[in-house]
Amino acid sequence: MKFTEEHEWLESDGDMVKVGITEYAAEQLGDIVFIELPGLGTSVTKGQEIVVIESVKAASDILAPLDGEITEINNAIVDDPSMVNKDPTGEAWFFKMSLKNQGELDGLMSEDEYKKHIE
Amino acid sequence: MTELKKTALYDLHRSLGAKVIPFAGYEMPVNYPLGIMKEHLYCRKSAGLFDVSHMGQLVISSNTQSMQFIATELEKLLPIDVLGLGKDRQRYGFLPNEEGGIIDDLMISNRGDHYFVVINASRKEIDFKYLKENISKEIDVDLIKTRALIAIQGPQSEKILSSQIGKLSSLTYLDVENFSFKGQTLWVSRSGYTGQDGFEISLPNSLCEVFCKNILEQDGIEPIGLGARDTLRLECGLCLYGQDLNEAITPIEAGLKWAIQKVRRAGGEREGGFVGQKKILKQIEEQPYFKREAFFPDGKAPLRSGTKLFSDDKGKNEIGMITSGGYSPSLERPISMGYLNHNKFNVDEPIFGEVRNKFFSVTLTKLPFVPTSFKRN
Repeated sequence: MKFTEEHEWLESDGDMVKVGITEYAAEQLGDIVFIELPGLGTSVTKGQEIVVIESVKAASDILAPLDGEITEINNAIVDDPSMVNKDPTGEAWFFKMSLKNQGELDGLMSEDEYKKHIE
Repeated sequence: MTELKKTALYDLHRSLGAKVIPFAGYEMPVNYPLGIMKEHLYCRKSAGLFDVSHMGQLVISSNTQSMQFIATELEKLLPIDVLGLGKDRQRYGFLPNEEGGIIDDLMISNRGDHYFVVINASRKEIDFKYLKENISKEIDVDLIKTRALIAIQGPQSEKILSSQIGKLSSLTYLDVENFSFKGQTLWVSRSGYTGQDGFEISLPNSLCEVFCKNILEQDGIEPIGLGARDTLRLECGLCLYGQDLNEAITPIEAGLKWAIQKVRRAGGEREGGFVGQKKILKQIEEQPYFKREAFFPDGKAPLRSGTKLFSDDKGKNEIGMITSGGYSPSLERPISMGYLNHNKFNVDEPIFGEVRNKFFSVTLTKLPFVPTSFKRN
């Protein structure tokens, strides 16, 4: 599993990568009540706001971790956003994407590096 | 930037694991480890302890004049029945400006030899200065800095509070009484801002932490942060100053006509005679076209404060704005309050809120979203 400074995790899943938010991010956001995911086939560029996530308190965005295309979305978290608070790194993944440059994944943080980042 | 102030409970908040944020010049707990949603539901079901010490506490008294004199003077500023407020009774009110807008909303109690007034944190310096400048020089207005203010709210609040200060069953909604704790005096009112039964307690800063620790040791109570305080008040349709109320909105537009007793309205025994009377009395007769309303967003997206409202999904005809909105933990759906300009809008037209350049349909509903549960006579 790889991590971004924006508190997303990425995991290789065949030719795709699965993307979600970290436990730290879920805890910081608090009780999540609304999620809007990007449409299938959307081309995204790194840093682009592609997911809207609303907690009881406030709205925030999730940015595209890398360049690529959205190939699958997890509608279960749209139906029940509280899943993200319960299992952010498991069942409550956000979307899968194909990467424009597969090699960019290696440039992201390892788990140890991410742990240091949030300390 | 001026340094943030701390309440007498700051250390306790930290030790309870609160997430602390700046609010109205204070470092305040927005939530504890339980989180806003569970804190909210816990307060509705059992009881919650809130630190509201950031709010202003005013004592209005006179060395030379009677309570009747003070009440008469206050009625020149407040459009409510102050003279008729009995000893140890509390009432909601507001300070209008000349144009009928609201300088602040408040709770006022008659304590026999003085009036005790609780005002909003963000407005306390403004209110204090305004009162000093606009009330008879024979009346003293003191902004108390030596007392904390806490609220205990929810169905179990009577049982929990009485474990520390004795029997409370004689108090009903908006009654006020003094109680003793460790030899010092607590000013207790049966009121609050969650729409539930509960109490607000003014007590010396030095006593506040030990008192709250004792309360939190009881079964059935959790500390509740400002986050859940906001969702609790919103569910019951209670206004938040700075969002739902401001100097450009009149109490009638805000749907607070009920707080202006008949005795102060046109034809009443003490009709008018208060700041902003022209506009306020006229609006009571005529019904304003600009009014506070309640909305259910039709989808799952919360429509929050600042969301513009339109009668179309293209953003052409702007008809109002959301002033408070969020997710209702009790109803498990988004809820919003805001203002509609009925001159630009017919009730049978659709309403859309614009968020992130998208238009979400909403349905007009009635307040409160969740019924209140005060302990009345």
